[in-house]
Amino acid sequence: MIAELGHFALIIALGMALLQSLVPMIGSFKGYSSWMRLGSSLSMGQLFFVAISFGCLAIAFLNDDFSLKYVSQHSNTALPDHYKISAVWAAHEGSLLLWALILAGWTLAVALFSRSLPLVLTARILSVLGAISVGFALFLLLTSNPFERLLPMAPMEGADLNPLLQDIGLIIHPPMLYMGYVGFAVPFAFAIAALIGGQFDSAWARWSRPWINLAWVFLTIGITLGSWWAYYELGWGGWWFWDPVENASLMPWLVGTALMHSVSATEKRGVFRSWTLLLAIFAFSLSLLGTFLVRSGILTSVHAFASDPERGVFMLMFLAIVIGGSLMLFALRGPAMRKVAAYSGWSREVMLLINNVILVSSMTMILIGTLYPLVADVLELGKISVGPPYFNFFFVPLTVGLVIAVGIAVFTQWKSTESRLILSKIPVPLLLAIICGGVLPFYLATEYSFSITAGLTIFMTVWLIATIAADLIDKIGIDLKRVAKLSYSYLGMQLAHTGLAICVLGVGLSSAYDQTRELRMAPGDNAMIAGYEFNFSGVNPVDGPNFTAFQAQIAVTKNNQLVANLFPEKRHYNAGGQVMTEAAIDPSLIRDIYVSLGEPLANGAWALSLQVKPFVRCIWLGAVMVAIGGLLAATDRRYRRRKKIQANNKVAL
Amino acid sequence: MYLLNVLLAMAIFLMPLAQFAEPSKVWASTEVVQFSDPQLRDRYYQLVQELRCPKCQNQNLADSNAPISTDMKAQIHSMLEAQNTDDQIKQHLVSRYSEFILYRPEVNTNTWFLWLAPLCFVLFGAVIIWRYAFSGRRVKSDTTELTDKQQQQLSELLGEDDQ
Amino acid sequence: MNRIALFVPLVVFAILSLFLLKGLDRDPTELPSALVGEPFPSFTLPSLANDQEILSERDLDSQVVLVNVWATWCFACRIEHPMLNQLAAEGIAIIGLNYKDQDQQAIQWLKQKGNPYVFNIVDAQGSLGFDLGVTGAPETYLVDAQGIIRYRRVGVVDQRVWDDEMSSLYQQLVGEME
Repeated sequence: MIAELGHFALIIALGMALLQSLVPMIGSFKGYSSWMRLGSSLSMGQLFFVAISFGCLAIAFLNDDFSLKYVSQHSNTALPDHYKISAVWAAHEGSLLLWALILAGWTLAVALFSRSLPLVLTARILSVLGAISVGFALFLLLTSNPFERLLPMAPMEGADLNPLLQDIGLIIHPPMLYMGYVGFAVPFAFAIAALIGGQFDSAWARWSRPWINLAWVFLTIGITLGSWWAYYELGWGGWWFWDPVENASLMPWLVGTALMHSVSATEKRGVFRSWTLLLAIFAFSLSLLGTFLVRSGILTSVHAFASDPERGVFMLMFLAIVIGGSLMLFALRGPAMRKVAAYSGWSREVMLLINNVILVSSMTMILIGTLYPLVADVLELGKISVGPPYFNFFFVPLTVGLVIAVGIAVFTQWKSTESRLILSKIPVPLLLAIICGGVLPFYLATEYSFSITAGLTIFMTVWLIATIAADLIDKIGIDLKRVAKLSYSYLGMQLAHTGLAICVLGVGLSSAYDQTRELRMAPGDNAMIAGYEFNFSGVNPVDGPNFTAFQAQIAVTKNNQLVANLFPEKRHYNAGGQVMTEAAIDPSLIRDIYVSLGEPLANGAWALSLQVKPFVRCIWLGAVMVAIGGLLAATDRRYRRRKKIQANNKVAL
Repeated sequence: MYLLNVLLAMAIFLMPLAQFAEPSKVWASTEVVQFSDPQLRDRYYQLVQELRCPKCQNQNLADSNAPISTDMKAQIHSMLEAQNTDDQIKQHLVSRYSEFILYRPEVNTNTWFLWLAPLCFVLFGAVIIWRYAFSGRRVKSDTTELTDKQQQQLSELLGEDDQ
Repeated sequence: MNRIALFVPLVVFAILSLFLLKGLDRDPTELPSALVGEPFPSFTLPSLANDQEILSERDLDSQVVLVNVWATWCFACRIEHPMLNQLAAEGIAIIGLNYKDQDQQAIQWLKQKGNPYVFNIVDAQGSLGFDLGVTGAPETYLVDAQGIIRYRRVGVVDQRVWDDEMSSLYQQLVGEME
């Protein structure tokens, strides 16, 4: 009964979305302000009904309603309640419903926070968002219905949630990621509305900026969580694999970052108008493309959802309409590029252009690498694999270039900057960076060799932090109280760039100095890695709520002082029989100690993987700082000055 | 003054890294995969990360527990000990399992686009930056300079002879 | 010039979509064998029926054969077995490659389920399987009369697979022999 209610609510939501996509848009052309205002109430209604639908699915999980195919595939009576709820988005159908819910949420947010925008623009934006909602609702109802019943043969017990997903990571990571993916629908809708209306000026850029920033912040958090989750959950200490699904999330992020920077130039100087519009279209298009790649079965991935050719075709049609349509609109109505140079030399505009070129080149490279196996297969060139060696080969130098540019950019001004000014600011940070990068790795050399990676990493980090510090000191001297006078926009930027520096530090140093040993250890055996002594006491059987496990005990000491007791496990899940490795980690900003249990070997010995990973936690710390910086920038005072901009709401476009 | 502070902060932050300079020792425990030479071990780990498990859903040999993966790792180990080069080992495996198992695609006529396109894209971007920023165009300021027609109108208004 | 430049993303997307559409028909997990067109790898391994008898690749020559990789631990092999019995009854020569298995269990298994194999190669370590590029069981190779591998099937050979993919090639290879 509840499932039918949920199903019905979804159908009503589809109806509302259909109205929302048509009525305000038509109203905007005819000048019917009552029609245009309807967008707001319709979006409220849509959220209401999608929320009911989502709630019904959650209730079905909590009630162990295995007559629902989706519930029987991903749940179990022994599954703890909080995982029953998160199981809602564990697979294709339910996660799509989450997409629809989040889209409805963002749509309502736009409706509520657009008082200062012209009604015509708001109406068109809501209509575009409504159209996208229609697409998702149709996709759900026609090909991916989470409420499909298994009657009359309902199973007594479910297949259980994949053990890899029985973790707090599943509770937060997908929702955050979808908040980001779906969030980019808002700038997309802004862009389409602008193209329809023919107005793409600084005001448009000003209005769309907070939305771009917010979506980007969520995507940053989502990707960071995914990486951190893979690190501690998968059991072998990796945190990024250039897997197609990971790439599908990184590509919109890169374009989103480029968009964030490009739109600031459009807002402040009115330049890059076409490019910003195109980026706004690209960002969401890549979100959709990612959704397609992950759910159509077209690429092999550890993360891929179960696929179905019918779904693939539907999604591709949806993609063709949304992306193809928006790019066509762009080609026909996009602003022609100016012939007048509004900037030259080492200006901030040029630095932002460099930023964009690097980020978009990275995205393009990742797209080519991810899709090339498919292209080669279709062209009968054979089955080729493209993996980390390819992606790292290009991504690392591009990132180095980006970091260098960020450091220089801090000192540039709009329109043009005297070379002398930049040249006067650079030597000190540069010198500092070269000294640290050149000297420290010798001091830190391991038993094998001096690490160039470490040198380069330290150079980049010191360069960034020193340039940021230099600029801060320029602005406020050493009077810390003056920090309060700096805008959130500026502070957010510096915080985010500092986060980038920390993240780079974590990536580079953990790659350079990671020490991993795969050892055969019997109870009582010792090993010493990177100054830490590992003592293996043995393995005991333990029981969990829905699994049985072998749990090892390892004492880690340094200079005879206990650092940590670690308990890695090898779990056998009861329902599905899957075997999972649960690593044990002793975290710290300076180093992670990472231990995982392998296979049992002869004579009571076990294979153990012992790892010491310096500064790996800085990766996620840096990424979180980046996200906080973005959030800070999004809440800048000028976006909150709603009261003063209320005039001229009736502008006809 | 501040640069000394930054230098000091960096040194303090990074000093703990020195602890990782100590070599590893293993007592009683032995490596699961043993090598006669530490350099072989490094090459082994490099290879098992670069090679793909033919049966898994996008995993390298290092992360995979599949039986075929174990077999391939054993083969790599014995070939390393037998003084084969990395290329010989990869060739041996590719001739049996096809180039699918290479995560670093070969550079040949089938993959020229894959390897060249990103480079071309970056070069294209660099050209655009050069043209827009450094081609020597003088910045036209929108507010202070007048067009010729406006200049003429100004002269007329001021009652001057146009020159 | 400017307006045309704005059409570039649309064109690129259109080309991309074509590839994606074509890609939907493809199976990314299907891995063609690296040995198609190559001679069957050389080996010296015992026969299942008589472990004193040593077999080599020359025992495959002079007729068109199916080489079927199987094991008692392989669940799908049970499903495939009746089909193999049927093909053997039709006169098709099938050679078994008993992959990483136990002799006694294998012999017992064949007694219970019928033996479609002309003979069985015992590959206890999986070394021949490795040289063949075998990733698991069941797999089936079509080898022509000169000992060249012409086709590989990963997974069960059932009526549909035989009819659609293998039987015409088999007939052609037999025809080449005469």
